[in-house]
Amino acid sequence: MSRGNLREGVIWIRPDTDAARETTQEMAEDYVRMACAEVKAMTVPAGNTNTGTSKTLLVVGGGMSGMTAALEASKTGYKVVLIEKTGALGGMAAKLWKRIPNREPFKAPMDNGVAELVAQIDADANIKVYLNASVVKTAGAPGRFQVDIAVESGPTVTEDIGAIIQASGFTPYDMAKLPHLGGGQANVVDQLGLETLAKAANGGPIKRADGKEVNSVVFVQCAGQRDATKEHLEYCSGHCCGTSVKQAMYFKDANPDVETVVLFTDLRMPGNNEDFYRAAQNKGIVFRKGVVSNVTGGGECKVKFKDLILNEDFTADADLVVLATGMVPTTGPDLDQLGEANRAAEGGNEEAKAQVVQMMSKSVLNLDYRQGPDVPQFKHGFNDSHFICFPYETRRTAIYAAGPVRRPMDIAQATEDATGAAMKAIQAMENAGLGKAAHPRAGDLSFPTARLEGCTQCKRCTVECPFGAIDEDERRFPLFNESRCRRCGTCMGACPVRVISFENYSVNTVGAQIKAVDIPDEFSEKPRVLILACENDAYPALDMAGMNRNEYDPYVRVIPVRCLGSVNTIWITDALNSGYDGVMLMGCKHGEQYQCHFVKGSELGRYRMSKIYDTLKGMNLEEDRLMDLEVAITDIDTLPKKINDYAKRIVEMGMSPFKGL
Amino acid sequence: MSDMNQQMTARYKNNFLKEIEEQAEMGDWVKMCMQCGVCSGSCPTNFHSAWDHPPQELFMMIRAGKRDEVLESGSMWNCVSCYNCYVRCPRKVPITHIMHGLAEYAYRLGKAPKQQPTQFLSKTFWDNATKTGRVNEVKLTQTLYFKNGLMDGIKQAMAMQSVALGLVKAKRLNPMEAVGGGHKCKDIKGIHAMLAKARELEAQRKGRAA
Ligand code: SF4
Ligand code: SF4
Ligand code: SF4
Ligand code: SF4
Repeated sequence: MSRGNLREGVIWIRPDTDAARETTQEMAEDYVRMACAEVKAMTVPAGNTNTGTSKTLLVVGGGMSGMTAALEASKTGYKVVLIEKTGALGGMAAKLWKRIPNREPFKAPMDNGVAELVAQIDADANIKVYLNASVVKTAGAPGRFQVDIAVESGPTVTEDIGAIIQASGFTPYDMAKLPHLGGGQANVVDQLGLETLAKAANGGPIKRADGKEVNSVVFVQCAGQRDATKEHLEYCSGHCCGTSVKQAMYFKDANPDVETVVLFTDLRMPGNNEDFYRAAQNKGIVFRKGVVSNVTGGGECKVKFKDLILNEDFTADADLVVLATGMVPTTGPDLDQLGEANRAAEGGNEEAKAQVVQMMSKSVLNLDYRQGPDVPQFKHGFNDSHFICFPYETRRTAIYAAGPVRRPMDIAQATEDATGAAMKAIQAMENAGLGKAAHPRAGDLSFPTARLEGCTQCKRCTVECPFGAIDEDERRFPLFNESRCRRCGTCMGACPVRVISFENYSVNTVGAQIKAVDIPDEFSEKPRVLILACENDAYPALDMAGMNRNEYDPYVRVIPVRCLGSVNTIWITDALNSGYDGVMLMGCKHGEQYQCHFVKGSELGRYRMSKIYDTLKGMNLEEDRLMDLEVAITDIDTLPKKINDYAKRIVEMGMSPFKGL
Repeated sequence: MSDMNQQMTARYKNNFLKEIEEQAEMGDWVKMCMQCGVCSGSCPTNFHSAWDHPPQELFMMIRAGKRDEVLESGSMWNCVSCYNCYVRCPRKVPITHIMHGLAEYAYRLGKAPKQQPTQFLSKTFWDNATKTGRVNEVKLTQTLYFKNGLMDGIKQAMAMQSVALGLVKAKRLNPMEAVGGGHKCKDIKGIHAMLAKARELEAQRKGRAA
C-alpha cells in the first residue's frame, strides 16, 4: 500500500487561486506518480516466521517494582518468572521501617506494604519465584528467550521467556566517599542506616549504635548529590527530601521533644509530598535552608553549615546525623567501557582481562548478544530509553526497565513504572509471537534482509543498529534477529553497498519515488526540492500544518522515511544528479536531549550525511543544496516557514546545473 | 532585665521557637513558614524604611534561636497592617498578626526598642483609649505632637492647623476635650474590669504570672 497525500500535502497547503492552480496541479500529479512508483517497487510483507510463542514474562528483581510488575502481569493472565538475588522478596522497601504515605491525608509515614505484596505473590499460581537466584545467560530473542537461572546451592534451570522486565533497583551512594560529611564516622548514618535503627526501635525512642537514646538529630540533604563539581552524583535522587521528612517524623512521633532539624538547599516535595511536608512542620520539625560544609561524628556530632536565609555560619550539635545520599542504579556494566576492556583483553592485557571479569560479574541480564551483556546506558548509569514517548523502553527489544534502574524515583513512582512496563512487555510478547514489530512501528510485519552475496562484511549494520538486533554468523555475515528488530531501517541507511532492504521499504521504493517526480527544465523557473521527512515527528508535523491550512512552497516533494537513520546517501546524490535543486532532511533532535524514536537513528543518519558534503564539492554544487533540519512534532507553524525560507535560498542559488542531463 | 523576661528565659532555656509559639499571638504559625520569601517581596514598607529583617527572615531567626536579635528588632514595629503578605502567603501564615504579636511580646518583656515612633503611638493610643473607654482625639494629638518638646509640637500643630479647623467645623473634633476628662463611656468601671479579666485569662492561657 502506498499513500499519495493529496489533501494535507497539496490541497490544504496551497491557496485556491487561479495563479496557484498550475503549480498545485503539478504537485498533485507528482504525488500520484510517486505513489504508483512506490507501490510497483514494493511487495507485501510476508511476516517473520522465525518467531517464538513464549508468553511468560521474566522479572529480574524482587523489590517493589519487580513485585508490582509480576502481580500486574499475572492479573492480566500472563505467567511470570520472578527472580530475586537475595533470600527474600521485598528489596529496598523491605528494609524501610515505614514508607512515605501515598494516600490521604498524607500526614504520617505508612506501613511499607511489602508483606502484603509478598503474600499476594505467594498465593499467585501464575508467578514462579526463584530466590537467591541470578540470570547467568539470556539467549534468543523476544518471544523465544532462553534464560538460564542459577540458584544458589541448586542446579541451573532454563526458562522459556517471552519478554523481560529489568527491575534491578539501586544501591545507596557509598557514604565512605563523603568523609567531609562525616561518612564512615560514628553516629553518622545514611538514610538506609537510619531505617535500620528505626526498625530496631520498633516505634519506641530511636537509639544510636552505642545504645544512647537520640535527643537531637540533623538531616543533611543532597549529601553527595546535585554535585556541580561532578565528583559525586550530579543528579537529584528525588525521593530523599521526602524520605528525610518521613524519618524526622519517626523521631517526633516517638517523642515530640526530640530536636529534629533538616538542612536543605532546595526542598523538593513533588505531588502530595507537599502535604507531608506541611504535616512535618506542624509536628515541629525544623527546616533550615543551608549548605553543610562539614560534619564530624562521634559522641557529640557537629554539623557546620551556612544558613542561606540569614547568611551566617552556624554549628549544630546533634546526637545523630543522617546523610541523604543518592541512588546508584544497578544497570550492569557500561557497554562502552566493557567493549574497550574487551578489546584490550583480546590484545593480551592482563589488567584488562581482570577488569572484564570484574565488570561481567556486575551483569544483570548476561545477554548473549554481540552488542554486550546488558542494556545500553544513557546518563549517569541509568538505562537509555526514549524518555518522552517510551519511558520504559530500553534499547533492547522486549526488555523493559522499571523503577530506579531507569531514573531515580520513590516507591509510588516505581509502582506506577512497574505497571507501565508490564503493559509494554505484554504487548511486546504478543507482537513477537505474531512476527510483528514492537513500537514505534507496532504491528509492522516487514523486516530487513540482506543480500549476502553483495555484502562486504563491513559490519556497519551490526554496529549501527540502535537495538542490537544484528549478530554475526559463523561466516562473519550479519545475522538478523527479526524479533529484536524495530524496523527503523538504520541498517539499510548504513549499508554502503545497499544490500539491506525491507519488502515494503528499500533503496528502490524511495528511489522510484524520487525518479517519479517530473523535473521541469532549467528555464521553467520551477525548482524542485526533495524533502525526506521522518515519519514519526516531521511528517505528522507537516500533516498538521496542512490541517491548519499553513501554506508552503509548491516546489517541494515530500517522501516520508522511517527514520533519518534509514536515509541512504544514494538517495541524495541520485536526486541532485537528476536535477533536483535542493534536498531537505527532516529528523528528530539528537544528542543529550534526543527525541529520535529509534534513539540513535537520527544521530547516525546525520553523521552519515555530514560526509556527503565532499561529494557535493566533487559535483561542483553549493553546500546549501543539502539542508538538515531538526524537527519536533510541535513545529506545525514554524515548519512551513522554514520550508519557504529554504525555497527562497534555492532561488537565490539558482537552478541546478544537472537538469536534463 | 524585666521580671517577665527573666521568667521566660528560665522557662524556655534555648528553645526560642517554643517560647514564641506559646507566648506571642499566633506564634504557633511560625513553624509553618516554608521560607519562600513571598511576604518579604510583598511588603510595601520594606523598601522605604529599610527594615532590618523582613518577615521571612524574622521567622528564620526565631527558628535559629536568635532571641535578642528578634525581640530587640524594630522590624515588626514597621508593619503597617496592609495585609499584603497575609493574603499572599502560600502557607496561609497570618503574618500581619504575628508581626504584631512579636511586637507586643517584645514590649511586655521590656526588650522592644525605646523611642520607636510606632511603638510610642501604640502605647499612647492604648493608654488614651482605655482610660475612659473612648479615644480623646485632642489629648492624643497633643501627646503625639509634643513628644519631642514644646517647639517641635507647636511647629507640627501649626502645620496641621487647617486640617484641625476643618475637623472642628465638621464637629469631628471638640476643642473642649482638652480640658477636663473629655467624653467617656457609661461604664468605665466595667471596661476596666473587662480588661483586667482579659489580662488574667491571657496570663492563665500562656502560663504567666498575672
Ligand atoms: S530529593 Fe532532595 S535531597 Fe534528594 S537530591 Fe533531590 S533535592 Fe537533594
Ligand atoms: S537497524 Fe533498525 S531495521 Fe536494522 S536491524 Fe536494527 S532495528 Fe532492525
Ligand atoms: S510568604 Fe509565608 S511561607 Fe513564604 S516566607 Fe513568608 S511567611 Fe513564610
Ligand atoms: S502586613 Fe505588615 S508585614 Fe505584611 S506586608 Fe503589610 S506591612 Fe508588611
